[in-house]
Amino acid sequence: MAKKEAYPKYAPGTHVSTKDIVNKKIAYTWWEPEVQYSWSLGPAMSRFLIELKNGKIVGRKCNTCRRVIVPPRMFCEHCFGPTDEWVTLKDTGTVETYSISYLDADARRIKDPILIGVISIDGAAPLHGFMHYFGDMKPEDLHIGMKVKAVWKPEKEREGAITDIKYFAPLKKKGGRKK
Amino acid sequence: MRDVAVIGGGMTLFRRRLKETGKELSYLASKMAMEEAGIDKKDIDMVVMGSAPDAFDGVHMKGDYLIDGSAAAGKPYVRVFTGGGTGVFAPIAGWWHVASGVADIALVVAEEKMGSCYPHPQTAFRHIWDPVLDRPLHPNLVWLFAMEMNRYMTRHGIKKEDIARVAVKNKRNAVGHPCAQLADPNITVEDVLNSEMMAWPVQRLDISPPSDGASALIFCSEDKVRQFTDDPIWVAGCGWTIDSTMWTNRDLYFPQYVANAAKMAYKMARITNPPKEIDFAEPYDPFDYKELHHMEGLLLCKKGEAPILTREGVTQRDGDLPTCPSGGLLGVGNPIAATMGQKVCELYWQLSGKAGKRQIPGDPRTGVGQAWGDIMQMGTVIVLRR
Repeated sequence: MAKKEAYPKYAPGTHVSTKDIVNKKIAYTWWEPEVQYSWSLGPAMSRFLIELKNGKIVGRKCNTCRRVIVPPRMFCEHCFGPTDEWVTLKDTGTVETYSISYLDADARRIKDPILIGVISIDGAAPLHGFMHYFGDMKPEDLHIGMKVKAVWKPEKEREGAITDIKYFAPLKKKGGRKK
Repeated sequence: MRDVAVIGGGMTLFRRRLKETGKELSYLASKMAMEEAGIDKKDIDMVVMGSAPDAFDGVHMKGDYLIDGSAAAGKPYVRVFTGGGTGVFAPIAGWWHVASGVADIALVVAEEKMGSCYPHPQTAFRHIWDPVLDRPLHPNLVWLFAMEMNRYMTRHGIKKEDIARVAVKNKRNAVGHPCAQLADPNITVEDVLNSEMMAWPVQRLDISPPSDGASALIFCSEDKVRQFTDDPIWVAGCGWTIDSTMWTNRDLYFPQYVANAAKMAYKMARITNPPKEIDFAEPYDPFDYKELHHMEGLLLCKKGEAPILTREGVTQRDGDLPTCPSGGLLGVGNPIAATMGQKVCELYWQLSGKAGKRQIPGDPRTGVGQAWGDIMQMGTVIVLRR
């Protein structure tokens, strides 16, 4: 077989670095958008947030799928019918996965890691829960399958937000298994 | 439905920041694909543009902004966007333009400029999170991958070093790629395991870089293809599936939506035994564990088996199932939609025997490419065959 040319035959483009911009070695222009949003939240998330303010986690039950859904929604994406009733859940759950983050939201490095993960809420369908922080534990104690409980902000400080829960802490119980 | 062939590919240099504008990069990639196919702008019936979030470029209606660089002015044109899945979804859209009979020749261009966003493209990712449930927690996108990786590792008892082997393989494979951003012939598993901890279990060298770049492909109908080549490379199958946005209501250890997309593509390609009938794969690898996760989603092995195949060398370029022979996103770079260059252009070049130093031995006949995106929910799959 005749030797064929290798593709891509060439790699067009000119690499420039951030330094080239800082030192004004290349022409550039700049734009800083100023925009704000306010979202109306609809019946499901409005009730969820109001109940968080009351110190409660609530879900919606789909009687067709026999599924207690949290975070709640007014329709079920599986059977595509309306969900049927509100259910008050416990504020305890299980760590389904987690990370120990040395990055903040803008990818800046931080010294004290953020403990973050997904908690499935007791009383809801398997694996149904939400993302939140963990606290009152050492990073090395955090593990998948760990039982945790919500630590709430004092009632006066709650504002109807996911952050009305400060974080989830280890659930203390008699005879509990320690890692 | 008509059969559709690929007759040309192109891609620019991939770098953290390129001097050229998005339009210019689109032009350079398109021009290269047109040169390989031996066609001019007048020969192109329709154009598909793939580009991911507008927030990176800071130009909304980016699809319109990129028209002039995509040989699309005055032609039917559409921009498609399925997050990180765009790199394979854009060529799927190119395929259906031709398969449906509405176009004989379609150009697909994929463009991304992440370097424009300050202080880091991460900042733009802030706007993809749920405003009620997630944003008040100030999440970083790496958290998502870290949580998925942890779930996958824990479920199967996978060691980090077996995942690090993917980063080593892909960065070494990229050495033969002229566009590569992070090729490294000397990288070792220890380098990956000793790299900076970002969000456990994700370390710096587990991650592909943000990049600027563009890529392009030309699709041609079976009726016209003999004008251009005697050895067409055919689109044998396509599949795509999206799962619910409620990612905290799903088990992240297995990408079922990728499996559903793969089954759709394999059915079209009449593939019944993927590991036997597929010669090589380009699964989406923005993180090293994602290659393994996606090999399993693509049904190329059993659940939890991909790290073992990797350890045994099966996925090396000279192994039984070469995986990411391009160097992937980990080695060549990750300009989101433009990774079509590794995931689909590479299939075309490999199957044509044109991949040069990256060429897989043994005359490969069937390759699968895949991309993945949105919030761990979108799977896009394409099978090319000689």
